[in-house]
Amino acid sequence: MLWGGALIALLILCALTAQWMAPYDPILQALNDRLLPPSPHHWMGTDQYGRDVLSRLLYGSRVSLAVGLVAVSIYIFIGTFVGSVAGYYGGWLDAVLMRLVDILLCIPTFFLILMVIAFVGPSILNIMVIIGITSWTDVARLVRGEILSLKEREFIQAARVIGMSDTRIIFRHLLPNALGPVLVVATLGIGGAILVESSLSFLGLGVQPPTPSWGNMLEEGKDHLTDAWWLITFPGLAIFLTVLGYNLLGEGLRDYLDPRLRGSGRNG
Amino acid sequence: MRQYLLRRLLLMIPLLLGISFISFVIMQLAPGDPASLSVGMNSKIDPSYIVKLRQSYGLDDPLMVQYWHWLQRICRLDFGNTFHDNRPVITVIAERLPATLLLSGLSEALLFLVAVPLGILAAYYHNRWYDRFITFFSFVGFSMPSFWLALLLMLLFGVKMNLLPVSGMTSTEAEYLPWADRMWDLVSHLILPLVVTTFGGLASVSRYARTSMLEVIRQDYIRTARAKGLSEFQVIFHHALKNALIPIVTLAGLSLPNLIGGSFIIETIFSWPGMGRLGFESVLSHDYPLLMGIGVISAFLTLMGNLLADLAYAWLDPRIRYD
Repeated sequence: MLWGGALIALLILCALTAQWMAPYDPILQALNDRLLPPSPHHWMGTDQYGRDVLSRLLYGSRVSLAVGLVAVSIYIFIGTFVGSVAGYYGGWLDAVLMRLVDILLCIPTFFLILMVIAFVGPSILNIMVIIGITSWTDVARLVRGEILSLKEREFIQAARVIGMSDTRIIFRHLLPNALGPVLVVATLGIGGAILVESSLSFLGLGVQPPTPSWGNMLEEGKDHLTDAWWLITFPGLAIFLTVLGYNLLGEGLRDYLDPRLRGSGRNG
Repeated sequence: MRQYLLRRLLLMIPLLLGISFISFVIMQLAPGDPASLSVGMNSKIDPSYIVKLRQSYGLDDPLMVQYWHWLQRICRLDFGNTFHDNRPVITVIAERLPATLLLSGLSEALLFLVAVPLGILAAYYHNRWYDRFITFFSFVGFSMPSFWLALLLMLLFGVKMNLLPVSGMTSTEAEYLPWADRMWDLVSHLILPLVVTTFGGLASVSRYARTSMLEVIRQDYIRTARAKGLSEFQVIFHHALKNALIPIVTLAGLSLPNLIGGSFIIETIFSWPGMGRLGFESVLSHDYPLLMGIGVISAFLTLMGNLLADLAYAWLDPRIRYD
């Protein structure tokens, strides 16, 4: 968890300070400096337009961070809403919503995202929204399960007996108690969303050049597989370390929040 | 068991209807309508022809009527013709499906052959260095972008060492080669995509196997088996393994959507002539009939995978059947 936190802190630092830390302009082309290998001037080399890879990497961290945070916020919101309505009210509403979840789970999410992107066009905003509205099913299931197990407990019955409204019960008593697992899923989900964004950008359907994103840097770099190894090595490493950071943090949170696992080592 | 099978099959009907409806609705969101798209950018076309085309496609009917007609057609596996070369969608998919099934079938098999023993061993050596290594390794697996792994392997084995081909399924001269060389040609093309596809699932399956095994070896009957003096080998492989495998079987079915989803990117990178690359190409060319077909077929494959997993589960664990 410590390592995960450190990696994420580093990412946030990079994203916030990119304009001061980056030694060069990330978009301005310098055709005299094309495809230079890593050196003291360009720590991570330059790309086919002579742009400094390190600078582009630093600016790219903003895209990853933004996409991860916004996309996950959207789907946590939708998933929590659907899950708590289904879990709390039960009956036909629950049946309909959960069948909808079953149906969406059968359609490969990545394909769904690809299709919708093709219709609405690639842009950072579209990517965030589309990942958000296609990926909420797991959260809905999780929240529903939590609510189902909580709602029969005595403190909820007590709240009902004193005449508390449904909305108040859900927001004040049920959701705060279900927050832990949702937090874990959200943390792991940010890593997942960053992977999806970079895959899309890699396929040319994500963040569009010249705006640097780690995915489209890899896309541009793959044409120079033979003569410029640094173009695919560093952006990939950045994605890997970022996602690893979120995964470590998420798993750490899970262990911390689940008292059964505390002290007995990691367990699943 | 028969009753269970029947119940599962009946439950699939509303799901299939739902999937088809959602695919249909998504297609309605697509910009432009099929009539104007299929005549393309040709400005010489008489507008009255488009009106006629609209009528013949039934595009002026109410949405539900259109859905009903479309549903009738896809029940007969008629997804219409592709925009690209005006061939039946189902024929185009049928050409590509074997390559995808070959890659994902092999990868699924390899995945379980490798991941399950890894996970079982990790559980057996719980909290020892081997277990920690496997845990660390699975974090790496979770976090590794598959397309980056693909690029690195292409760089290493394709470009630097020049050992393996990095794209396609066969070499151009393959059909002139003798039988054995042709097999090797296919195998050598398979290796890199197979490794990348399998690696993606390795982490989650081995972790799942580990958890499942950890739960089993804490059970009383395992303690009993040990207490009556059975060898450790017998305890693990005879008593524990069978029970630990039960939940893993379901995972095999559930990992199908991931495999199919992953195939879109991996097949594209390796130019593997399968359904995933076809899907990506049709996304780029806005070939809606083809996209619909691929969407419905992959959802159907996923449902089948889930069904098989459920059946295997019920077969292995009688408690499920009689619920």
